[in-house]
Amino acid sequence: MTNGIKEIADADFILATGTNTTEGHPIIGLQVKKALRNGATLVVVDPRKTEMAEMAQYHLQIKSGTDIALLNGFAHVIIAEDLWNKQFVQERTEDFEALKEIVAKYTPGYVAEITGVPAETIREVARGYAKAINASILYTMGLTQHICGTHNVFAVANLTMLCGQIGKASSGVNPLRGQNNVQGACDMGALPAFFPAYQPVANEANRAKFAAAWGVPEMPAGPGLTVPQIINAAGEGKIKGLYIMGENPALSDADANHAVHSLENLEFLVVQDIFLTETALLADVVLPAASFAEKDGTFSNTERRVQLIRKAVEPVGNAKPDWEIICLLSTAMGYRMQYDSPKEIMIEITQVTPSYGGITYDRLEQGSLQWPCPTTDHPGTPFLHTGKFGRGLGKFNPVEYVEPDELPDEEYPLVLSTGRRLYHYHTGTMTQRTGALEIAYAEEHLEVNPVDAANLGINDGDFVKVSSRRGEVTVAARITEKVAPGLVFTSFHYPEVAINKLTNAALDPISKIPEYKVCAVKVEKLPATAAEKAS
Amino acid sequence: MANITLTIDGIQVTVPKGSTVLEAAKTAGVFIPTFCHDPELSKPGACRICVVEIPGMRNLPASCVTEAQEGMVVNTQTPAILAARKTILELLLANHPEDCLTCPKNGECKLQEYAYFYGVKADTLKGAKHDYPVEDDNPFIVRDMNKCILCGRCIRMCDEIQGKHIIDFAYRGFNSKVTPAMDTPYSESDCAFCGNCVAVCPVGALSEKGMLRKGRRWEIQKVKTTCPYCGAGCNFDLNVKDGKVIGVTSTDGDVNGRALCVKGRFGYGFIHHPDRLTTPLIKKNGKFEEASWEEAINLVAEKLGGIKAKYGADANAILSSARCTNEENYLMNKFSRVVLGTNNIDHCARL
Repeated sequence: MTNGIKEIADADFILATGTNTTEGHPIIGLQVKKALRNGATLVVVDPRKTEMAEMAQYHLQIKSGTDIALLNGFAHVIIAEDLWNKQFVQERTEDFEALKEIVAKYTPGYVAEITGVPAETIREVARGYAKAINASILYTMGLTQHICGTHNVFAVANLTMLCGQIGKASSGVNPLRGQNNVQGACDMGALPAFFPAYQPVANEANRAKFAAAWGVPEMPAGPGLTVPQIINAAGEGKIKGLYIMGENPALSDADANHAVHSLENLEFLVVQDIFLTETALLADVVLPAASFAEKDGTFSNTERRVQLIRKAVEPVGNAKPDWEIICLLSTAMGYRMQYDSPKEIMIEITQVTPSYGGITYDRLEQGSLQWPCPTTDHPGTPFLHTGKFGRGLGKFNPVEYVEPDELPDEEYPLVLSTGRRLYHYHTGTMTQRTGALEIAYAEEHLEVNPVDAANLGINDGDFVKVSSRRGEVTVAARITEKVAPGLVFTSFHYPEVAINKLTNAALDPISKIPEYKVCAVKVEKLPATAAEKAS
Repeated sequence: MANITLTIDGIQVTVPKGSTVLEAAKTAGVFIPTFCHDPELSKPGACRICVVEIPGMRNLPASCVTEAQEGMVVNTQTPAILAARKTILELLLANHPEDCLTCPKNGECKLQEYAYFYGVKADTLKGAKHDYPVEDDNPFIVRDMNKCILCGRCIRMCDEIQGKHIIDFAYRGFNSKVTPAMDTPYSESDCAFCGNCVAVCPVGALSEKGMLRKGRRWEIQKVKTTCPYCGAGCNFDLNVKDGKVIGVTSTDGDVNGRALCVKGRFGYGFIHHPDRLTTPLIKKNGKFEEASWEEAINLVAEKLGGIKAKYGADANAILSSARCTNEENYLMNKFSRVVLGTNNIDHCARL
């Protein structure tokens, strides 16, 4: 996020696109509600009628995967009506002309045809965004999990810079990250192309720096693989050994059947987790890890805030904290890793991670810190890009709308989208074992619009078979207007409804993110006997 | 901002203009009891337990809604005030179950604390008592409306912080009750079970179902930590007794204040779930067998090392974890690049 979570409450215009905030990030949702009470305008772009959509003054129920057309449409209106921030564009950006040229054809009428959003609504929202004092754009995976995910984000950035709605409090580009420490895992170099703090591996000076810091002659220079590439390479026999810590790709990866086959193809798989997950079942060795309550450490949240976690209880049985296990393995493989505590690891982190340079456990005991925090007397950074962007001038990267990789056709006439439920989390490893959440939300269902349900002869609660070109699941239907006609939706929280068997593994060429949010499926009512069996 | 100076129980205190007498008293270190007041919520000034005496004012004003003035003289301990507070407590206790022995909030109850402090016994006033059934038909929250003192903090929390306004006062007079619309249980309302109402309840009317009979409040050790679910980074207290996490309660988080969602507050049960992995496992002939750490680590080292030697460093790969700590991800990045010698490391940032 370029801004802090609490700054959302002071925005006077919020464009929330592809985020089911009150379910996926309930506490961030509270700040949106606070902003609304303060008189803010909320625009929600979502193919589903979520609680957020119901709270909004404008719900733009776009066709899945048409975000670029919509965002370019806003830019078109803002330029056509001369509402753009000329001073900001002139002083802080470059390549405006390129943007102007590309968005010229995205007239409200043209965009309405693509997205299904009325032309006048596009104009009103564009004006609202441009004229707002502080406008914050919130997004999550609804925007990014497309083959054009990176371009979608470019389109957001273009809009933001066009209106100068960045580099100040409550105004900016705010991806809400989905996992407790996904920000930190990226910051710490758990990425193929980067050392900690996004220092490129491709840079020779960086490799020399880390080789020296870690006391080895050299660092690998070759480009590493991303998750989907690793899974594919395992399937092709190019990756032979895989070490998985705290992930469950057998359920969470797009085209999950393919992921399982790939994992089975490995020569050696080691899985380190707190439960025997669907992925761990495929492993040759399973290492029992401590949960968050059983170890010390830090998490970095979506607003770059580094916070302590504290050991409250001993690890169950013989489980060990992940950091201890990595040290044991490293030492067994001939590179001695020994630390007394995570506090000691953090001291090493600060020496090679400039943005964390000033972060110490002693400071964190007094309160959290938002990076960049380069020195121990630096107070941390609530919002980014004041006065100047990281690269100097903000570059407009104009982008064209492209269709999703797989569109509905005669055989697979519906669009499937996936997401989260309030009561559950990811593959359900934790939330299905709480003694509470899984009781409150016991069974998953597939949301089907009444029009489609009528066409298919489905009643509420009927078991249906949902299938795509890649796989099928059985699930109960929930007839609801929450989804538009032509769209069906469910979550990926249930092993029994392993919906990622169906999703499309087509990747965004830049970020390598799979297109979880759009794939073509068919829904068939199951005969009563089959349904009974399924239930 | 301009400051003003006033005197509370003989202590001179300077506070920003606009402060309430209650806030000024807090600054002066003078204790005033409160039930309905909550610094984060609007101020109804309803319960009157915080009354003080201010010469020149009619009656006893409620300090939580009385603005401090320059030169004001405030007394918080006069016989009239003590009598008023005792009467309020007697009236509340007249319609309150006398079951501190089994109450989950025993030791963390404002009514109990003030009754003790002011020496008020439960049976001073005789009268009708409510006999509502206890509502526990959901997995998260137990509502015992017999214990409710109608302070309304839960109502304001739900409305002003949670933005749901599921509950409000219904009925009148003695029959007044906090309830969802149409007097339904939480389970039949639009309640999202964030439990933020529980966090502000000063008595035993609202309690965490999972913590019932797991430990007295004074036996619990609270450990402040950060939530393991979404990326918001809420803080809460793990409630620990005898080496086990028995619940989660609100703390003052930098991101969330006291607010939590249903997962953060009630999703801790996995920690001690019987399915937890407790020992290393090695697959032999298609079946997992328990192994020692030494055996498991040596096998992994041998296999990953063997693959590196046979096929080259880039034949190994690592999936690190967005669920683990910074320190662990840092070590994984180091392990991958130094020990395995590959940049094939990623995690589920795209899921």
